Amino acid sequence: MSRLWKEFSKGLWKDLPPFKLVLGLCPVLAVTKTADNGLGMGLAVIFVLTMSNMLVSMIRKLIPTKVRIACFIVVAASLVVCVELLMQAYAYPLYLQLGIFVPLIVVNCIILGRAEAFASKNPVYLAVADGLGMGIGFTISLTFLGSIRELFGYGTLFGTQIMGDWFQPVTFMVEAPGAFVCLGLILAGMNALTNWQRKSKGLEAIEGPVHDCKTCGMCATKPGA
Amino acid sequence: MDYFVLVIAAIFVNNIVLAQYLGNCPFVGTSKESSVAMGMGLAVVFVATLAAVITWCVQKFLLAPNNLGYLQTITFILVIAALVQFVEMFLKKVIPPLYKSLGIFLPLITTNCAVLGIAIICQREEFTLIETILFSIASGVGFLLALVVLASIRERLDLAHVPVSLKGTPLALILAGLMSLAFFAFKGMAS
Repeated sequence: MSRLWKEFSKGLWKDLPPFKLVLGLCPVLAVTKTADNGLGMGLAVIFVLTMSNMLVSMIRKLIPTKVRIACFIVVAASLVVCVELLMQAYAYPLYLQLGIFVPLIVVNCIILGRAEAFASKNPVYLAVADGLGMGIGFTISLTFLGSIRELFGYGTLFGTQIMGDWFQPVTFMVEAPGAFVCLGLILAGMNALTNWQRKSKGLEAIEGPVHDCKTCGMCATKPGA
Repeated sequence: MDYFVLVIAAIFVNNIVLAQYLGNCPFVGTSKESSVAMGMGLAVVFVATLAAVITWCVQKFLLAPNNLGYLQTITFILVIAALVQFVEMFLKKVIPPLYKSLGIFLPLITTNCAVLGIAIICQREEFTLIETILFSIASGVGFLLALVVLASIRERLDLAHVPVSLKGTPLALILAGLMSLAFFAFKGMAS
């Protein structure tokens, strides 16, 4: 039970996908114009990630090592097609808002990264806990970033007016540059927090997590690796 | 003339990274050295163009006539994954020098959302084959441009004293934001 909780809760803070692991940046930047969109995207990712972790973990003993990445891609792509069809049926406005980023969930590094790093090596119940935790962490991060950008960019939150009449919307925040700068500052804030905690323990300050492509697991597709 | 506008728009106005938020993981991940950035950028131009052309044909001759439009995502990603493997084997055998410079980037490209993104944009905009070729080359060049510029700036910043918490990814993202602001000036030039 404690193991289950550990795998679930690591996605919520310790390994928070976009801010701590620096994975899956495209949707983080692209769909966080408003908190609504961030939340919608997050929910779609929770579904795909949990299901793909579960399926990959179920068939982990059947997949030959050499073609495992191709198998993970097929699993993820099938789930993404399901999400696309479901969204077209039940959440069409959101589907239009998210646009090209719904099919692009399939190449989100988090999905393949978790399949490769966790689900293919662990039993089903742990893989599901890991997927759920990571997905919820991803959703919280997206909603958080979306709230900040929506609040300053439009003066609203989930579509409700928050700021008074005196407020001049900062259009910068809802355009592409604002997305990059906001995410950069949040990452810097996370690093500062880590360093502050380390300092209080008497440890030296360290550089933040380095984003490198190895975390996405795709390097493993190289023959011979 | 229309083709010229299409190319300029894809490189500058709707730059694939800085305005459309595609391919951010390799954009941040491989921009530490300009030589690496150059290799990655060229590999993306190459694969994105091939992928866009092949997926265009698949959509036109296989999916559309058989009313299988909903299988677009799964088909495209499989085509791209197979294509990347094939390109890698082909380069290794036929053009070893090119394989040496691009080879290590090829596996990373399967999950590069820029490649799948370009293929899907071409379908959503209903481009013809010539437009698809031009658009995918131009988008790839836009990616290469953004990546090489960012890498050059980051190489210089290695020598600067910045707060330790900002070092690495946060600073790269803020830089990307400033570059995106500069590219913003092209908005309205072409749509």
